[in-house]
Order: sequence, then structure tokens, then C-alpha cells
Amino acid sequence: MKPKLLLLTFLLAAFGLQIFSSRLDSYVVGIVIKVGITIVLAVSLNLINGHTGQFSLGHAGFMAVGAYTCASFSMKIGSQANDAFGFLSPVLRLNISFFIFLLAGGLTAAIAGLLVGLPSLRLKGDYLAIVTLGFGEIIRVIVINTPSLGGALGLTNIPAHTNIFWSLAFAALTVYVVGAAVHSTYGRGFIAVHDDEIAAEATGINPTRFKIRAFVIGAFFAGVAGGLGAHFDQNINPEEFGFMRSIELVVIVILGGMGKNVGVILAAILLTVLPEYLRAFNEYRNITYSALLILLMLLCPQGFAQIWSGILTGFKKLCKK
Amino acid sequence: MTQPQPILQLEECTIRFGGLTAVSKLSFSIGSRELVGLIGPNGAGKTTVFNFVTGVYQPCEGRVTSMGIPLHRKKPHQITRMGIARTFQNIRLFPSLSVFDNVRAAFQRRLKGGLLRTLWRGKSFHEEEAKVAAEVMDLLNIFGLEQVAHQPSKSLPYGAQRRLEIVRALATKPRLLLLDEPAAGMNPTEKTELIKLIRFIEDRFELSVLLVEHDMKVVMGICERILVLDHGVLIAEGKPETIKCDPKVVEAYLGHKC
Repeated sequence: MKPKLLLLTFLLAAFGLQIFSSRLDSYVVGIVIKVGITIVLAVSLNLINGHTGQFSLGHAGFMAVGAYTCASFSMKIGSQANDAFGFLSPVLRLNISFFIFLLAGGLTAAIAGLLVGLPSLRLKGDYLAIVTLGFGEIIRVIVINTPSLGGALGLTNIPAHTNIFWSLAFAALTVYVVGAAVHSTYGRGFIAVHDDEIAAEATGINPTRFKIRAFVIGAFFAGVAGGLGAHFDQNINPEEFGFMRSIELVVIVILGGMGKNVGVILAAILLTVLPEYLRAFNEYRNITYSALLILLMLLCPQGFAQIWSGILTGFKKLCKK
Repeated sequence: MTQPQPILQLEECTIRFGGLTAVSKLSFSIGSRELVGLIGPNGAGKTTVFNFVTGVYQPCEGRVTSMGIPLHRKKPHQITRMGIARTFQNIRLFPSLSVFDNVRAAFQRRLKGGLLRTLWRGKSFHEEEAKVAAEVMDLLNIFGLEQVAHQPSKSLPYGAQRRLEIVRALATKPRLLLLDEPAAGMNPTEKTELIKLIRFIEDRFELSVLLVEHDMKVVMGICERILVLDHGVLIAEGKPETIKCDPKVVEAYLGHKC
């Protein structure tokens, strides 16, 4: 019962924050929303790259699928849907139609994940990375050449539905789903596939099934995050879902510690907040950012998870004394 | 009364890699609760036999069946689920999992719930998890690994890693256990313990064992029946005492008499 209660607490906390958000500094609120979206992306990628050990560079592609699906829905049928669910809004004070569009974006991305997963999961390591990279680029090029999706200009004037509640709620939900999936007898299968596929098969685990599950769940949350991002920035264009976006997410996962959710969450927070603080350095911003990354990798090569477990064991020792 | 189906039956199995015939027209069967050894000089095709029984390779000709069900075109994990478990010549544990979790991972085939039940974490999920944990601890207790249950599996000494791999195979509830050179790299004391252990497993878990091994002391100490393979051909089959004196076997191992 414990993890479910924790999830519920987080959801309520996010809801509480939402109620008071009008009194908070809007710049800070914006950063918190960004942090939430980054956590959704990084933790879902951690399921694929970290826990299951499948090196995917296609996360920006899944994000694009979700972002465009969700944005198209809310721009085309958003107002009708709002009327249909209007009677609920005063009660829940939440935008139910937006929630449904986010799920639609996630599901479309999950289907994309399944379609990419089925043929390409016969590949391993670098080869899988190349195929998923190719998938991301294909999505980008398709979007550029589709006038109804705004082509190279992208979509603008997307309604600003994303608020602190949706961002943090989905962050909590992602962490719960990935954590619950992995920490169980069933979920040991993901890690078994990561460690040794041949041994996993010999113990009755079907590696293909676990890899596809990881890809579908990961792609679903990437799609949701895409939708959240689109309704936060209020405009999307194909260029922001390029290969560099995937690399950024992979960096967060590696910096956090592959397969360590706590570390990845810390890294997601730091790498979202840090660039904002570095604005003071203006043109040296990117240099400082890169230098900090190198320094961090030198100091803790296994990621933030290493620091975190260090703090935990230190705390336990203190308690014993 | 009809004869019970053999747990493993090979009929005229041949496998070729390019021009090389690794195993040719091999036929043998293993019945219930038999301890069978498969020996032969280096390169005789012993591991190849293991690999096509467990679905890693497909035999080019012939048939492999278990309890009358053909294993043709079945994937390794499906074969494991049919009750044939194996260990590896070079130990293959899951290094990032603890000893406990290594065994727990092998309970997949017995889980009733899938991903949704895992995510929902209802009452049935917790009951099943508790049951699995109890069974894992039972197994670890039997093999004296309960003290190290929560240590990472890679930190175990060599002999214990071998034992853990056997425990993990047993967790899939096999009818047939395939052991690929379990005594490799062990010292004489460990080998004596291994002989006892395998005999104990056969007795306790009521299964059959097919053992590939170089160490004659171990093979002779365990097996009731021995198959001798040389250049992919079965050259002798029988009780340990008769195998020892079989001129063909002596020739395969030591060469011609001048």
C-alpha cells in the first residue's frame, strides 16, 4: 500500500500548489513546470536505457508524436470538448479535456513505440541506437512536410493548458509507474534482460516482451511530456524535437545513474535549474554548463545515485551512533 | 500400463555449421529421475548438444522432443517454461541483482499476474510477492545461501556463484536440469561437495540431470549412465564401469595403441 499512498500524497500536494500558484512568482512556477516535464522524460527514458539496457536515441521522436497529437486535438476540437466536460470543471477545477488529449498523445506515442520496437529490438547496442535515432529524424522530416501540422513553422497559439498540477502530477505518476514496474518479481525481468539476455532466456524470461513493454511505457510518457511541453510553450516546431533533444535526455539519465530513479530525478532537476541560474554568466553559459558536466562525471562516474546512496549510508551511520 | 514419455528424446539429430558436421545422427533419451553424463574429448560437440536442446541452435535434421512435445522452433525461454533448465559453462548470473533477486527473477514463469497487476499493487499482488519471497528464501536456505541473500551476486566466491546459478535454474521448477561443466575451476574439496550436491538435488527435487563434464571423478561419482561423444558421433553408452573399459572410449581419449 505504501507506494500508492505516496503517489496520492504527491498528487494532492501538486493540487495544493496549483491552488496557491497564482500567489507565487510566475518565473519560479515556470521553472517548476519545466522540471516536472523533464522528470517525466528522463525517468521514462531511464526505463528503456537504464533499467532495460536498450540504448534508445528516439525519445525526442516519441515526444514529437505526443506533442503534435495533443496540440492538434486541443486546437481542433478543444472548445467543443471543453463544453462537453464543462460541467465537471467547476467541481474538479481541472481541465478534463486536456487530460484526455494528453492521454491521446501518450497513446499515439506508445503505438509509435510499439511499431519501432517490434522490428528493431532484434538489434543490440549501437545498432539499436542508430535505428531509434533514424526514427526520430523520420518523424521530424514527416512533420516538416505535413502542411496540416504547420510544416517547418510548427504550430502556434496552442492554448496554455499546462499548469503546475499537470506537470507535477505526471512527474509523480511516471516515477510511480517506472518504480512499481521495476520493483517486483515481474519487474526483475527488465533488469535481467539488462544484465544478461542469454541467461534471462534460460530462466524463462522472454526478452523481446520486456523490451517492447519498456519501449511502449517509455514512449507513452514521452508522448505525454511532449503534450505538456506543447501546452506550456504554446508553440512547437519540428526543430526542437531534433537529435540534440534526445542526447540531452540521455545525458540526464547517465548523469543521474543508469537505472537509478532517484539519481535521474536529481539530475533532471539540476540540469533544468542550472541553465536558468547560469543566465547570469550570459555568453559563458554553455561553457560553464559543459565544464560542470565534465566535473560531475569525473567526481562521480556512477552518477548522482552514487552521491545519494553515500548520503543515505552516512545518515544511517549517524543514526546508529 | 504404457511406458512413461521420456523427459528428453533426441532422434537422429544432426547439426552442421557450414561444411563442419558438429553433431551427426545423435539419438538418446533421458527418462524420469535419471542422472546422465555426457562426456567426450574437447570439440566433441557436447555444448552443441546443450545448445540445440535449449533452443539456442536448431538441429538441421532429426527431432528433439520432451514428454512427447517437439521442441522444434521453440525459443529458449519457451523451452525453459516446458521444464528444461540449464546452467552455463562460464557462469552467467545477473550481476546488478542481489542473490535473492537473481533467484526471484526466475519465478517469472510461475507468476499469475502481469504488468497491470504489478502497477496496481492490490491485495493479490502482495500475496503473490510474499509467497515468492518465502519460496526464494526456502531455496536459498536449502543451499546455504540465506546469509548472503541481500548481497550483490557478483560479490560471492566462485563456488557459491556456481551454486546460485543452480538454485536459479531450480527456481524455474524443471523436470530436467542441464549442467554445463559445473566442476570447471573447482578445487578437489569443492568437487566432492558438488557431487553430493547434485545427488541431493536429484533426490530432493525429483528431477533428471544431464551433466556435461570433463572431470572423470565427478562424472563417475554422479552418473548412472554415461554417453560418450567423439567428433559429434555417439561412440558408447552405458554404466560408468563399462564405459571405463570400453576400448573405443579409451581410444578417443588416449589415441591408438602402437
